[in-house]
Amino acid sequence: MARAWRFGDFVNTDQIIPGRYNVTTDRSELGRACFIELRPDFTSSVRAGDLIVAGEDFGCGSSREHAVIAILATGVTAVLASSFARIFYRNAINRGLAVLECSEAAEVEDGAEVKLDLARGRVVDCTGGRELLTRPLPLFAQRIAGHGGVLELVRAHGSLNGACGPECGAPMVPRHAE
Amino acid sequence: MGTLAEEILSARLGRPVVAGETVVVPVDVVMSHDTTTALVAEAMDDLGRKVARPERGVVVFDHITPAATVAAAQQQQRAREFVAQQGIANLLTDGISHQVLPEHGLVAPGDVVVGADSHTVTLGAFGAFATGMGSTDVAVAYATGESWLRVPSTLAVRLEGSFPPAVEAKDLILEIVRRVGSAGARYQAVEYIGGAARELSIGDRMTLCNMAVEMGGKAGIFAADDRTLRWLEGRGSRPARVLEARDPEYLRVETVELDRLEPMVATSPRVDTGRPVSELAGMAVDQVFIGTCTNGRLADFATAAALLRGRQVAVRTVAVPASREVYLAALQAGYIESLVRAGVAVESPGCGPCLGRHKGVLGPGERAVTTMSRNFRGRMGDPSSEIYLVSPATAAATALLGRLADPREVA
Repeated sequence: MARAWRFGDFVNTDQIIPGRYNVTTDRSELGRACFIELRPDFTSSVRAGDLIVAGEDFGCGSSREHAVIAILATGVTAVLASSFARIFYRNAINRGLAVLECSEAAEVEDGAEVKLDLARGRVVDCTGGRELLTRPLPLFAQRIAGHGGVLELVRAHGSLNGACGPECGAPMVPRHAE
Repeated sequence: MGTLAEEILSARLGRPVVAGETVVVPVDVVMSHDTTTALVAEAMDDLGRKVARPERGVVVFDHITPAATVAAAQQQQRAREFVAQQGIANLLTDGISHQVLPEHGLVAPGDVVVGADSHTVTLGAFGAFATGMGSTDVAVAYATGESWLRVPSTLAVRLEGSFPPAVEAKDLILEIVRRVGSAGARYQAVEYIGGAARELSIGDRMTLCNMAVEMGGKAGIFAADDRTLRWLEGRGSRPARVLEARDPEYLRVETVELDRLEPMVATSPRVDTGRPVSELAGMAVDQVFIGTCTNGRLADFATAAALLRGRQVAVRTVAVPASREVYLAALQAGYIESLVRAGVAVESPGCGPCLGRHKGVLGPGERAVTTMSRNFRGRMGDPSSEIYLVSPATAAATALLGRLADPREVA
């Protein structure tokens, strides 16, 4: 059983990993600094497979992908939030961190026992005795998530354009200006 | 037919696209900086790909430059290796990316720009569609010359009238962010329209576009005009695609009358808490900082120097020009001398203390009044330190009195 770690609204990337701690690409170093100031007990208590739960606009602020890497390095595999800031959302999908948007996210209590069914986009809040339905990813993001990340998608198709389905409209005609 | 964002993306794709569509779009300029390039390089190695268009790649050292720590130096070594291995044509070390890209003529109106920095939206001031992304997305843009995105719907901000004395573009954007909210334009483009928008300088337009991301925006945009073309003239930029909105359908229109604005301050730790400086005047302050991609330009230095010339600051004050070009022009105009004589620590161009890594880090409980765009708690140093966001005029007035001050008090 996974544990829910409850955070509030507008958790920004400086709080996920402050700028003083992201001058590295070392996974374990970034993981140790995850929420280091906002919730100093987090890294010592979190277990692999746990879930972060938050309110509005999770991940707002800078573009630093270190925020996603830091969360993944703690063993957390998914974030459930009322809404996400767009750059964080993309970064998460690109790196295989599940981002689950759910209007009832704020109702999950800190420490709640949860079961994740990522394949079906479901979260069962065992403590609260309810099942939470999450919003499906946009189609192209689903394609990326289905490959396990955007690099895998590009590797498989040679380009983003090659991975386009009907959701991308007409095929792109490259028009590189001189 | 469409909003400026739709027009730019449609022109780039060669077919009409509308808000809500997912598109894979060719990217004209790809940028990363000293903190984000190492992750870009890792992703490129992982992909085993070369940069598709090295002449359109730009790596900028601005976040911690000159390197303040061994770790920062190592990140820069990695970035230099990446530039050399990939043959990237542009390694810039003369200021903040969003300032030096246009100075070097690397951005043209109508461009699609992707940068590994959230404030890449600043470049919308030049009539480009410019957006911030993470390092992996930027690596994909380097490798393939393309990016994917959902064509955004648009919040139009209609500007009317003209600024009263001592009121600046920063006060205007703090008012806009207050009204819209820190997530109120999420996934949207913020397009500045109206007669007063046409009258704004390029620097003011950059300030307004810069903070579109503080409302959650995907882009901030002004239509390019004669003023844009004059600014870019002689900088070697590629031919402009000058576009404007045509019969646009905006999600909503927010109108601001400039004449009714006052000097504004956004209080710690939320950017959408703007209120008149006069309501908080007299608040104790430990440090003033003038600079950043929001307000580190020549006009900002002119404003600060005009207030501080021949006087002494009453609180420690740091000023950082956004670029070497700004620095030199401010030197030649005498602004730097005025600031130095007033007791201001003028530092070399770059992001300065905005990231809390060097050149003015805050201690426990300290409070800074700054011209930055972001006031997250602890961003400039100790987690208990506070940041208040203001215009250059308010920052200079505050430096002079040693407490939060309305610039009209000291003019």
